[in-house]
Amino acid sequence: MNFYALFAQLLALVTALILAPILNGWVNQCRAWMQNRTAPPLLQTYYTVSKLLHKDALLAHNASSLFRVAPYAIFSCLALASAIVPTLSTELIFSPAADAIALVGLFALARVFIALAGMDVGTAFGSLGSRREMLIGFLAEPALLLIFFTTSLISQSTSLSTIVATLAHRDFVIYPSLAFAGVAFTMVSLAENARIPIDNPTTHLELTMVHEAMILEYSGRHLALIEWAASLKLFAYSCLGLALFFPVGITEVADPVSLAMSGVILVMKLAIGGFMMALIETLSAKMRIFRAPEFLGTAFLLAVLAMLVHLLLESGK
Amino acid sequence: MNPSLIQAIPLSGQVINLCAALMLLLGFAMLSQRRILALINLFMMQGVVLFVSTLVVALTTNQHHLLWSAGLTLVLKVIALPYILHRLIRRLSVKWDIETLFNIPTTMLVGIVLVVIAFNVAQPISQMSGTITRSTIGIALACVLLAFLMLITRSKAVPQVVAFLAMENGLFFAATSATYGMPMVVELGIALDVMVGMVILGVFFFQIRQQFDSLDIRHMERFKDK
Amino acid sequence: MSQLLLIDWVLITALGWLSIGMVGVAFPRNFILNSRILYPLGAVGGLVLALIALTGIFASPQIRILPLGMPGLPFHLRLDALSSFFLLLLGTASAGISIYAAGYLRKGDGTAPGLQCLLYHVFLASMAFVMLADDGYAFMVAWETMALSSFFLVTSEHRHAEIRRAGYLYLLVAHVGAVGILLSFGVMAGVEGDYTFDAMRDFSSHGFWPTIAFLLALFGFGAKAGILPLHIWLPEAHPAAPSPVSAMMSGVMLKTAIYGMLRVSFDLLHAQIWWWGVLLLLLGLATALFGVVFSAIQTDMKRLLAYSSIENIGLIFLGFGLTLIFKSFMLPHLAALALTATLYHCLNHAFFKSLLFLCTGSVLHATRERNLGKLGGLIHRMPWVTWLALIGVLAASGLPPLNGFASEWLLLQSFLFTSGLPQGYLNMLLPVIAGAVALISAFAGFTMVKFFGIVFLGQPREEKLTQAHDAGRLERIGLLWLGVGCILLGLFPNVVIVLLDPVTRLLVGSGLRGTAGSHGWWLLAPISQDRASYSPAIFLGSIVIFMPLVYWAVKRFYHGRLKRVPAWDCGFPLQTARMQDTAEGFGQPIRRIFSPFFKRTREHPSPFDSQPRYLSIVEDPFWYWLYLPIAKIVERGTQLIAFLQQGRIALYLLYSFITLLSLLVLTRG
Repeated sequence: MNFYALFAQLLALVTALILAPILNGWVNQCRAWMQNRTAPPLLQTYYTVSKLLHKDALLAHNASSLFRVAPYAIFSCLALASAIVPTLSTELIFSPAADAIALVGLFALARVFIALAGMDVGTAFGSLGSRREMLIGFLAEPALLLIFFTTSLISQSTSLSTIVATLAHRDFVIYPSLAFAGVAFTMVSLAENARIPIDNPTTHLELTMVHEAMILEYSGRHLALIEWAASLKLFAYSCLGLALFFPVGITEVADPVSLAMSGVILVMKLAIGGFMMALIETLSAKMRIFRAPEFLGTAFLLAVLAMLVHLLLESGK
Repeated sequence: MNPSLIQAIPLSGQVINLCAALMLLLGFAMLSQRRILALINLFMMQGVVLFVSTLVVALTTNQHHLLWSAGLTLVLKVIALPYILHRLIRRLSVKWDIETLFNIPTTMLVGIVLVVIAFNVAQPISQMSGTITRSTIGIALACVLLAFLMLITRSKAVPQVVAFLAMENGLFFAATSATYGMPMVVELGIALDVMVGMVILGVFFFQIRQQFDSLDIRHMERFKDK
Repeated sequence: MSQLLLIDWVLITALGWLSIGMVGVAFPRNFILNSRILYPLGAVGGLVLALIALTGIFASPQIRILPLGMPGLPFHLRLDALSSFFLLLLGTASAGISIYAAGYLRKGDGTAPGLQCLLYHVFLASMAFVMLADDGYAFMVAWETMALSSFFLVTSEHRHAEIRRAGYLYLLVAHVGAVGILLSFGVMAGVEGDYTFDAMRDFSSHGFWPTIAFLLALFGFGAKAGILPLHIWLPEAHPAAPSPVSAMMSGVMLKTAIYGMLRVSFDLLHAQIWWWGVLLLLLGLATALFGVVFSAIQTDMKRLLAYSSIENIGLIFLGFGLTLIFKSFMLPHLAALALTATLYHCLNHAFFKSLLFLCTGSVLHATRERNLGKLGGLIHRMPWVTWLALIGVLAASGLPPLNGFASEWLLLQSFLFTSGLPQGYLNMLLPVIAGAVALISAFAGFTMVKFFGIVFLGQPREEKLTQAHDAGRLERIGLLWLGVGCILLGLFPNVVIVLLDPVTRLLVGSGLRGTAGSHGWWLLAPISQDRASYSPAIFLGSIVIFMPLVYWAVKRFYHGRLKRVPAWDCGFPLQTARMQDTAEGFGQPIRRIFSPFFKRTREHPSPFDSQPRYLSIVEDPFWYWLYLPIAKIVERGTQLIAFLQQGRIALYLLYSFITLLSLLVLTRG
């Protein structure tokens, strides 16, 4: 077993666990600045999580054991997901264990658990949120998968490490298909991370909630884990987008110097990416829930187009 | 797939490929756009892409008449026509008109089918062409078909005109980037045609609005022979 | 006496099943004998069959001729890798279902237990014979026995009119389909009229005859499998049947149709034409999409699962079509990949769908309710069923690391590496279809969350649900067998690939054993490790390690305090069980997005109704587009023929006379 790969793997996991709440805080900060509000501190998510961890967990009378297991399951799924995504280097221990399709499956697993947990207590809001979440999920998931298909057609592999390595270490070539895939990916990640055109992460208004509605009944350490898991998801998606479409700086070898280098580059890329996300959120308005299928349908079709354009322009036949 | 093949295309060819992809993207965006104002802006962006691709072709192949047509594109499609359209919708006060579209996902799905057909139909043609960017013919054809689809699905007059103009964009793109331009006379003729068509349509808009108080061309169904 | 071959052991097992049935029918009212002894014996038979089939996969084909049936028309039987694989499926799934059925049967409902025991075991044995048959005659006899016995099982509660109606529909479609199969065999038997499969293998007629045989077989087997316009009986028959029978039909019987189709298209017909594959691909796509959309809006839990079976059959046909395409373009390795995915999915579906059907059986017994709108909160009362159903639900949603994901993963892989087909349209179409497959599997997740969430989670929607009891011991064993099967099939895909290797070698001439086996048991890499790999063991392992770690860390560094309080629900004061999403509510977005798919009638209450009632019925449009017009045409036709029936004896004698005369004239000429 490659020791460096193990080291890089652990480092990636720890980086994800540490950086994810900061990324969340950074996006919120940017958003606040653009909307002329006083920004919360960068580490706000940490404060929230630690406050919640200290509080007692309140459990509804009707809550079952599934409700209590779910936060741990969601957290582990998303932590594993962010460990699979090549953030710093492409040489990872986990990378043969799960390819792009399995990564999508992992996200889906987390989604199913959170939706089931939302339905568990049996409140009106919980099941409403679960229903909407599954609706968004089943439209977003195939789009994400198709984006991966496009990149795997380019690199002839569905292994994330190979995809990113191919994209990162090529000569300068413009792939028009990646332009389509990039737009589609942005749309999907906005939807999947409960961001503005689809869902509002800060709302508690019953008509607009999706993600928040599902986790209404959670409190204390359970809520802390879910919040952290949500930021991990955002982090995983951001890193995935950066790795697929701006793969500059991701190393192929896992020695400490190049890992440190790619860490610095990653932070810079994330800062820009988070800013862009906040910009998109500020510029767009929340959609009605029944516009969401159109939005995601468009993402899906863009991903299909990406694949077709790849076959026409890039496959060289 | 042979990865070396795409790398064999020079940078200019890659830029043109990218432009082709953007043309298609914009074509789809126009197909699914409800707002008239945004539609015109998208049309303008398509003009910009067209201008860039023509410019790249002109510079790499040293064909000076293509520079002229690039300039023509810029003046006509990026500046003049959008300006006229903007003025038109302001005068007609339909600026915020929203069109109720027939089920956008279905339309887009039909669009995808059109793209697949266009790509396959264009394959034998592009094999005859000698240029390196010949695969863009498929995309140009797809753009034309998409614009045609848009022409069919729209019921308001202004979007129909935009669709008509977008169709011309697709044709022009096929001409410049795939076969490196048509004779200047043809291009000028087309440009003039578009211009005149625009003026006629503008007059026509005012007429139908006076007649029906609306720009919905479904009203014209009444004219048919009973 | 010569040594007993494997095929003889299969025969002995099937005969064992038949004799179990005979014993049962000898004591029709003896409940204890039937449920506590005979069904578990049947389960043992299933296990034995599975073991035999396991060795049969790797053995060379064996042939037996039974001197039964008509004079000069003996039954030819043959055991090869393909039939062994499906016998394995039958054996393993039926073992779980039989042991469950032993606990499930109750006194006093429907058909007498002894009779039911006979029918059930005849059903099992006839399925085994279908897979052994090596001539058209034996095949049809076994096939019809299977259809009839399952028909009687479906209608075991025949006192309800709707169940009789469902059974009738099933019988009708099954027989129309059987005619298609018979005609297909007729075409392949050619002019010599030799109905043995061996003779059909030599059938080398060219032109359009193979295509006609293929299309007829597609119609016949499609009717049994439930592909698109012929799916109509499935959602009617499954809810009507007792749950073990639904599980058997959905999990195993549908696969006999896949078996027959595989036998005809790859074994009996030699040259495949690529557009057969495209046809199957498109049919499969339409079926899968239709099934999943309809299952998302169902309000009856067994209907929901029945539509989900249609979806899975669609996926299986998609893989089948892909295999045909690859085979016809001479790409044996890709064909083997697609076929592996197809067969793997057959096996997986047998496990998870049987598991889910059996879970609905337990729910039905505990609550007497099939309607999703009257269930809920069963996790508190039925933890066993709930957690085992969760396994089934996760597997059916195609989530890692369970078995549904493994086969969908393989299917997607086989779609992905297709560029290079000599057909321009196909090259572009296949990735798009891969996208549709992704959509379907994600959609299945929606459906399954709906099913599980509404039945098992939330508050009980009816008072009586608080009295529900968990499944009995035998039922639990059956559920556990299938649930563990789902997990194991998901965790060890390479074992399944090794099992499937002889089958794919037999049918498409290539196998995955060489490439897949070279990376160790834990890593699934069907082509090469650089291209794609997936390791469910590491996947599950890391989640299983990580979860307790997080749990422990939170407890260790913070605390484990917990308080029980009333639900918060954003501060809404009144919370009743009726305020949760119902099945209609959960499916509402789907009804809205896919509204052109449905035929829908609804009544809204007006604001002034003192007792407001909301009615919404969503029906299958195929009834109205296809079946009712056909029924009308048939009725018209029979009315015309009824003109002949005048009721006078002289007239009938005249008919006979004319027939006799014309026969005489014809034979003379």
